[in-house]
Amino acid sequence: MREVCVAGVGLSEWGEVWRKSIRDLFVDAATAAIKNAKVDHLDSLYVGCMSGGLFVGQEHLGALMADYLGMAGIPAMRVESACASGGMAFRAAFLEVASGASDIVMASGIEKMTDVSGDGATDALATAADQEYEVFNGATFPGLYAMMATAHMARYGTTREMLSAVAVKNHKNGAKNPVAQYPFEITSSQVGNSVMVADPLRILDCSPVTDGAAAVIVTTPEIAKKLGVPYVKVIGSAAATDTIALAQRADITVIKSATLATQRALKMAGKKLDEIQFAEVHDCFTIAEIIVAESIGKYLPGKAGAAILAGETALDGKFPMNPSGGLKSKGHPVGATGVAQIIELYKQLVGKAENGRQIPKSPKIGMAQNMGGSGASSVVHILEVA
Amino acid sequence: MTMFSSRNWREYPQRYRYEATRFIKSGKTYFPPRQVDPETGDTDRVTVTLPETGKVITYTVIRTPGAQFKDLSPYALAIAEMTDGTRVMAQMTDVDVETVKIGMEVRLEFRRIQQEGEAGVIGYGYKFVPKWF
Amino acid sequence: MAGIVGYGAHLPRHRIKVEEIAKVWGMDAQSYKKGLMLREKSVPPPDMDTITLSVEAARRALKRAVVVNPVDIGAIYIGSESHPYAVKPSGTTVAEAIGATPDIHCADFEFACKAGSEAMYVALSHVESGFMKYALAIAADTSQGAPSDALEFSAAAGAGAFIMGKDHLVAECLFTHSYMTDMPDFWRREYQFYPQHGGRFTGEEAYFAHTKGASNAILKKSGMKPTDFAFAVFHQPNGKFPQRVALELGFTQEQINPGWLAPTLGNTYSGASPIGLTATLDVCKPGELVFMCSYGSGAGSDAFIWKVTDRINEVRDKAVRTRKLLEENLTYVDYGTYAKFRHKIRKAN
Repeated sequence: MREVCVAGVGLSEWGEVWRKSIRDLFVDAATAAIKNAKVDHLDSLYVGCMSGGLFVGQEHLGALMADYLGMAGIPAMRVESACASGGMAFRAAFLEVASGASDIVMASGIEKMTDVSGDGATDALATAADQEYEVFNGATFPGLYAMMATAHMARYGTTREMLSAVAVKNHKNGAKNPVAQYPFEITSSQVGNSVMVADPLRILDCSPVTDGAAAVIVTTPEIAKKLGVPYVKVIGSAAATDTIALAQRADITVIKSATLATQRALKMAGKKLDEIQFAEVHDCFTIAEIIVAESIGKYLPGKAGAAILAGETALDGKFPMNPSGGLKSKGHPVGATGVAQIIELYKQLVGKAENGRQIPKSPKIGMAQNMGGSGASSVVHILEVA
Repeated sequence: MTMFSSRNWREYPQRYRYEATRFIKSGKTYFPPRQVDPETGDTDRVTVTLPETGKVITYTVIRTPGAQFKDLSPYALAIAEMTDGTRVMAQMTDVDVETVKIGMEVRLEFRRIQQEGEAGVIGYGYKFVPKWF
Repeated sequence: MAGIVGYGAHLPRHRIKVEEIAKVWGMDAQSYKKGLMLREKSVPPPDMDTITLSVEAARRALKRAVVVNPVDIGAIYIGSESHPYAVKPSGTTVAEAIGATPDIHCADFEFACKAGSEAMYVALSHVESGFMKYALAIAADTSQGAPSDALEFSAAAGAGAFIMGKDHLVAECLFTHSYMTDMPDFWRREYQFYPQHGGRFTGEEAYFAHTKGASNAILKKSGMKPTDFAFAVFHQPNGKFPQRVALELGFTQEQINPGWLAPTLGNTYSGASPIGLTATLDVCKPGELVFMCSYGSGAGSDAFIWKVTDRINEVRDKAVRTRKLLEENLTYVDYGTYAKFRHKIRKAN
């Protein structure tokens, strides 16, 4: 396989974007990425989206987006893996360039979530779980993660303060992110006193509903050099699955798909985990960040909460996690999240993270972990400075 | 609107009679039923019924349910390990949510789960009740 | 002779007191409690209905039956005035849930509070005739009482199930009699949410005339006297009517006590005397005779004479006793919760 890199990135507005449709948001992000990469064409397009059909009644997104980008004619495909759709779209683009099949491929992600009611969004998101054996019986997404939290807290003594510390840190970072949906700091007390959603998770433990799109240009280092744009190498790309239903997991305090995807990505990159200097992880709920941090092997089981509380994962800490603000503060337009994580890695690695969000020690290698549902799919990418 | 009636009808053996699959070679039971044993790849299997009782291994209390479950909010949702080791997720009912604990003994009971509006099909299935006798 | 092979009951755990209902409507709780001889009633939560109560009662009947393979049940009849569907029998879901399908007869029964006892009679006849080995009759209701009407104090929920057969009997049925006339004492028109009734007209000519009609006829037919019986169970729309009719027929308070559940259960409509029968069987000794007479508005009464066998001792505790469900693990609700549970609050669509 050839060497692959990310040579340009673009984001749309993120938040409750009433005036932009699903195609408008995509075009905003895509044109920004194309401009940033200085490419004049695309060989192919991947669009990560969890459910254009349930949110806005629109499928066939590959064709739609290629058309509205003014590039009808190019091959285009929509990729779906629930909340890992974006990461999987990026993986597909990586493989297409790595294989030599294409030279310049756009990996994008998009979700337009606010055209349905709260109940409608809940129902659409619930399709990532086991429809007949979890959702039918009244499971909600916060409920599934809450059950993982209950088990984790009972087994390891993980505390309310540790959960809150994840949200506080991510908001601290997100306050510096111009794209963030909630660009402001919050306190541990605010998190711990916010309204209960599914015990023990409170509203401030949960990522929001967001409209947004993200796009990156995936190409070869040779082409990036010719274009004269900064680029970052993609040295590891891997994915994994686990049982869809929480009741069927071997251990509900571990997200095994994250473990497997990380191991595979590290193997491809020829790196060890302690060579990874920072990470963007899928904090759909605060407990998810704690469990993922342990599952990828960065912390021993039960130890991540205390480390986060002690500041180890802050921007200036030993292992910065979610310097972008994570899903919690930046927002979580489901299909776009995985691509936005790649964009944050890119910005940090080329030294372009805005507003004082740059990780001080000038990191050389970072990883992104994006997952779907309650952890039934994970996709991990490792990026390295050129 | 998805055709709830045929989708629900297909699941009767599981929802009404708690039928599970036991694979011959590994002797392990899976609920819901499967055609392929995840451990061995084996397809030789028999239908068995879940035991009636089990113990809660984790739970949550849902306080912001979807439209179907608003009449019962807040309700507990639990995963219980049945006496044969099989794990099942179900709502808990007939219980004060503040009293639910890991280790609580529960029993499966036939209950009304949801319905397709006031005029549509009623979906029946299983919930957990505390084992008090 | 045919009889009961297995029996079982199911009740909700929720209760509401007469005082709680009375205060909302400005009614005099004490006078209703005294007049009805009723203190509280069962309330089904939103996830219970006639079908779910029937399934649990039927499973308990199977546990007590021990030898019955559900596929050998030849018919299932559920009597109720609160079937979840107007068209689609409750019996189909219950039969599916207990594994009795597909070679089985089914239709739902309606005759106000005697739909369940009629189902019991029909199940007995199917077995007696030799048409089938076992037949299942279930009496279940989650009835509605109109707000601020006297019936709101008593309309309750519960189910009693009986597997009838000719072998392994717990109680043999020695005699039956049914007494029915056209009586407009209590009814519900199609598409109406609540029933209506004739007030005091539901007493003398309705409940008492038909209960006595069936009871006297079966006593005559059998040549028996009230003193021959260990126990008696009557339809119990409240605590007072069964007590009065028992005494007027020559039975005693002691005889009706085990099956006299209405004072703390309310009126389980089709379930009333059948559930009372399950509570009575729970305490019977082999050889004892049990007198039973239901009443359903419209109107009619089904009378039965049961003779308990030795087998009762082996099987009575193979499932939970009815009185345990009546008296233990209870939780009391306020009127708001009750109204929400009983779908009495109008919602947006």
